[in-house]
Amino acid sequence: MTPAVAHAARGYLLLTPAMAVLAFTMAAPLGLLLAYSFWTQHGLVVDTRLTLAAYAAILSDPGFALVFLRSLAIAAMASLAAIVLAYPVAWFIAFRARAKFLWLLLVTIPFWTSYLLRVFAWKVILGYNGVINSGLMALHLVATPVTFLLYNPVAVVLTLIHGYAPFAVLPIYVSLEKIDPSLLEAAADLGDNPAKRFFRVTLPLSMSGVIAAFVLIFIPATGDYVTPSLVGGANGLMIANLIQAQFGRADNWPLGAALAITTIAAVSLLCVLAATGARRAASRIR
Amino acid sequence: MSSPPLLEIRNLTKRFKDRPAVENAGFTIARGEFFSLLGPSGCGKTTLLRLVGGFIPPDDGTIFIDGEDVTTRPPEKRLVNTVFQSYAIFPHLDVAGNIAYGLRSEGVAAAERERRVTEALHLISLSGYGRRRPHELSGGERQRVALARALVKRPKLLLLDEPLGALDKHLRESMQIELRQIQREVGISFLFVTHDQEEALAMSDRIAVMQHGRVLQVADPKTLYDAPNSRAVASFIGTMNFFHGRVIGSDGAAVVVDLPDFGRLPVPKNGGDNFAPGTMVTVAIRPEKVTLSPVPAPGSVEGRIASITYLGDRSQIKLAVGTGKIPVTAILPQEQSIQPGADALYVSMPAVSILLLRD
Repeated sequence: MTPAVAHAARGYLLLTPAMAVLAFTMAAPLGLLLAYSFWTQHGLVVDTRLTLAAYAAILSDPGFALVFLRSLAIAAMASLAAIVLAYPVAWFIAFRARAKFLWLLLVTIPFWTSYLLRVFAWKVILGYNGVINSGLMALHLVATPVTFLLYNPVAVVLTLIHGYAPFAVLPIYVSLEKIDPSLLEAAADLGDNPAKRFFRVTLPLSMSGVIAAFVLIFIPATGDYVTPSLVGGANGLMIANLIQAQFGRADNWPLGAALAITTIAAVSLLCVLAATGARRAASRIR
Repeated sequence: MSSPPLLEIRNLTKRFKDRPAVENAGFTIARGEFFSLLGPSGCGKTTLLRLVGGFIPPDDGTIFIDGEDVTTRPPEKRLVNTVFQSYAIFPHLDVAGNIAYGLRSEGVAAAERERRVTEALHLISLSGYGRRRPHELSGGERQRVALARALVKRPKLLLLDEPLGALDKHLRESMQIELRQIQREVGISFLFVTHDQEEALAMSDRIAVMQHGRVLQVADPKTLYDAPNSRAVASFIGTMNFFHGRVIGSDGAAVVVDLPDFGRLPVPKNGGDNFAPGTMVTVAIRPEKVTLSPVPAPGSVEGRIASITYLGDRSQIKLAVGTGKIPVTAILPQEQSIQPGADALYVSMPAVSILLLRD
């Protein structure tokens, strides 16, 4: 072995334990999922001949497409809203805050409570006897509790924003923190007012953080299962609920697997498109 | 009526947490002048430049550009541009994008913009580099792009914050010449910050020497070198011999000073100051003005050779005179050689070359 090869080999050796764990917990289940998506199931018997029947079933039922597109739309809205809300916070911490570490710690406070509890909290806020309704009643603005707050896609988006916004603050903060302050001085020196400086220097240079934030939120939000189950109602169901049903009550593992694979493919494709699109848009800024 | 100076600063003061960074600074810069701020690091020269650029507000004082009070104006509203020490090239834009940045900000039309960018690239000898990315450029090239980006705005005054500091000696010297040429070509006033006295002397029309936040002297390079107004300026610019003495009387246009190792010396008053007998003064002379001779001459004293440093075109020689507490530094031109085995020379200080500085 040449020294260079030995050096590289030592590097891979370090990766081995993690890779071994991932092989069992991720690669193998994914392979199995992929295989299932090309199989068929009759009752309890799984037919392992390769077929596209499950994918054909997805295409033939517009109900799947509806839930599928709804999931992507809800996740996209939640990601974009979280980014819009998180960006000013990240900007403040990067450029104005004195105690940066304290602020970053405060941003992570929601993580000190379990995600499930936070979703339940939204149920308490938006519910029939919830905080908003009792407030409205106390102010005599409504006579009976309003019911449009909970069990719909808006409630899902709201809860997802709350759950994932901290994930947007951190990558955006990191990208803003790296910007050399003299670049902003140079932009001012060359005639840009603060708004122009933001759009011509700060935003393009923090685009990588924005893209990271989008990917970090969009992927888990699309596949979120707990939030739509608890606050989504019938119209707020998302693709994960549908996939769970195929592996549970409906007992159609191949269809569930095909839905999962389709979702993974669509989300990956959308992330790549969004990232390249955002990067192109940023490079147009001059 | 004469036109106002291009830049005038009056009583400019800036403190950082009560520590004064610039104190009561005042001077003017004329149209087309190459003006340098010279001083050791931490002397406040960069702070002064940033005050003029508008990046920090002064605590006191006024800044006029072309007769207009701009003290409270933000940088984007001053007709001044800056070449930053770090160059501050926008990493997300190519060379042409960087140079065009300020023109887009002004809303210059595309065709005109393109013409001016091409012109600027030509001026800095980087024609054809428009599409290069900043990370593909060398340090010297980035420095030129920063210069072009500022000049293309056609400012009234260009501020340069140690722009050559990051370049190696060779490149720095050629850039000094080029920068001066460009300055003459475009006719814009330059306010140039440097800690390198040779650089300041070589490039500037006038220099302001700063120390501890104060402007000590504003003068052309020759005056600064030949007639520094204080010991601080004299020691900062070039090498200087300093001796302490006491005034014992005056003799017409000269003051007679008693120096411990040299005896009595008549020193020209250089006008102005009236030195009463008994005043403690510093007498200064440049090494190259000290004359050396193998034989005694009138007014000379014996100096024992302490060391000789060979510098190529000349040698620097240190001599101990009298008690030998303060060595005299002198320059020995290449053509003047020392007798082998000689261990002493006769040192004299021509009165016309001696400077009298108050302690």
